[in-house]
Formats: sequence, structure tokens, C-alpha cells
Amino acid sequence: MDHPISAAGRTKMQLQSDPQAVRDGLCTLLAMVPFCNFSDDARGSVEIVLAEVLNNIVEHAYAECGGHIDLTLDFEHPTLSVEVVDTGLAMPAETLPAGALSPIDGNDDLPEGGFGWFLIRSLTRGLVYHRRSDRNMLAFWMEVA
Amino acid sequence: MDLSAELHGDVLVIDIFDERIDAASVIQFKDRMRELTLTASQRVVLDLSRVVFVDSSGLGAIVAVLKALAPQRKLELAGLTPTVHKVFRLTRMEQVFKIHDNLPLDLRHAS
Repeated sequence: MDHPISAAGRTKMQLQSDPQAVRDGLCTLLAMVPFCNFSDDARGSVEIVLAEVLNNIVEHAYAECGGHIDLTLDFEHPTLSVEVVDTGLAMPAETLPAGALSPIDGNDDLPEGGFGWFLIRSLTRGLVYHRRSDRNMLAFWMEVA
Repeated sequence: MDLSAELHGDVLVIDIFDERIDAASVIQFKDRMRELTLTASQRVVLDLSRVVFVDSSGLGAIVAVLKALAPQRKLELAGLTPTVHKVFRLTRMEQVFKIHDNLPLDLRHAS
């Protein structure tokens, strides 16, 4: 992992596509200013969203080969804007998953997956995805007051 | 991943000594839970009080344990920390588990 660089409200970070790199990168990032100054609740939400977005790229976009993930975070109180770029496979149909929860119908049928995009959609605003040449770009913002 | 189990009467209490159940540790978590729940008991209580973060893959693994134990045995959870609780609440999975605020007194280690 390249160490995150932070200046004038913008933090940039590059991660290897690997679950351990995602975990270590998130822990490093969230211990830095401004994230360490967010409320516990807001920092928890940011951690949930970034973990889901990054692990999704590791598991799907880079399922066939490794690569880099570039993360840019801009904080202007109380809004955290996030842009995530990778050069892996496109989203199916170049569209974000709907992220609807499966109904809870007794224990036999409980979902064991499909929570990720639901969590991302629940905790973010302005979620957009573009495929441009060989790159995926995902952007969203979060209120962290 | 560091998990251990202790039998208290008919309750198997499983402690997790790692802080995260996420994509980096979920396979180990599933394997250890499968081994530890081989010990017969009516109830299984998973103490999550040291766990500060569970992502969607960790949540899916905990649900899978619940399903694997059912219908004979129940999986209960104890000591959800705030971000972990948020994941269970948002996904409505808190409705399908019996959740204790803290590990019940009679199930704690004598110390």
C-alpha cells in the first residue's frame, strides 16, 4: 500500500486489490485527520461503506487478475465526497446492483449475501458509476456531521 | 483467527479475540466456527464484544452459522459494538438473532 497523502481537505490513497490490503488501508486511513475526528457513528458508517466498495472491487472487478484501486476523499464539513477508480472488469451491464434486501422468511431461507450494495446505498448519497475506456469510476458523498 | 469455546451447562460460549470479521478473515472464521460448534450444546452464544468491525461477508458467515445449527440449536449473539450493531440493524438481521447486550453473568469466565 502507498501511504495515504492528505492536504487541504483531500486525501489520496492507492491500494492493492487484496482483502488484507483493504483491511490495513482502511485502518490506516481512518486513524488519520480528518477521519479520526469524525464522530464514532460517522466513522463507523464511512468504514462500512469503504469496506463494501473496496471488497467488491477485489472480488468482482479484479476477480481474474490483480490491480490497483485509487481512492480520493474530499472533506468539506460536513460532507465527505469519495471517488474510487479501478481498471478491472466493468459492472454487469455497466449498471450498479439494485442492492435490495431479500425478504426474511424463516431461518431456512435467510440470505447469506447481497448485503453489501444495500449497505452502500443506505449510507451514501449521490451514488454514480461510470465506465470510461478501461476504468470503473464510482462516486458518492456522505454527511458526516 | 483466534476463537475459543467453553461449555457452561447447555450453553456453548464462543469468544472471538480478533477485532474484525471481514473479507480478509471470513474463511478462517467459518472454519473455526465449524470446528468449535462440533461440541454438543442446546444453545451457542457468540461473544462479539471484542469485535469492532463486521463487513457484509462477515455478516453472511454469521448467518450461515445460524442456519447450519438450526433447527436443533440456536445461535445467539452478545456484546455487539456500535458499528457491528449498525450493520445488523440496517440489514434487519438483528430481527433473526437473539441478541444480548452483554454476555449473561452466569456465562462469563470466573475470574
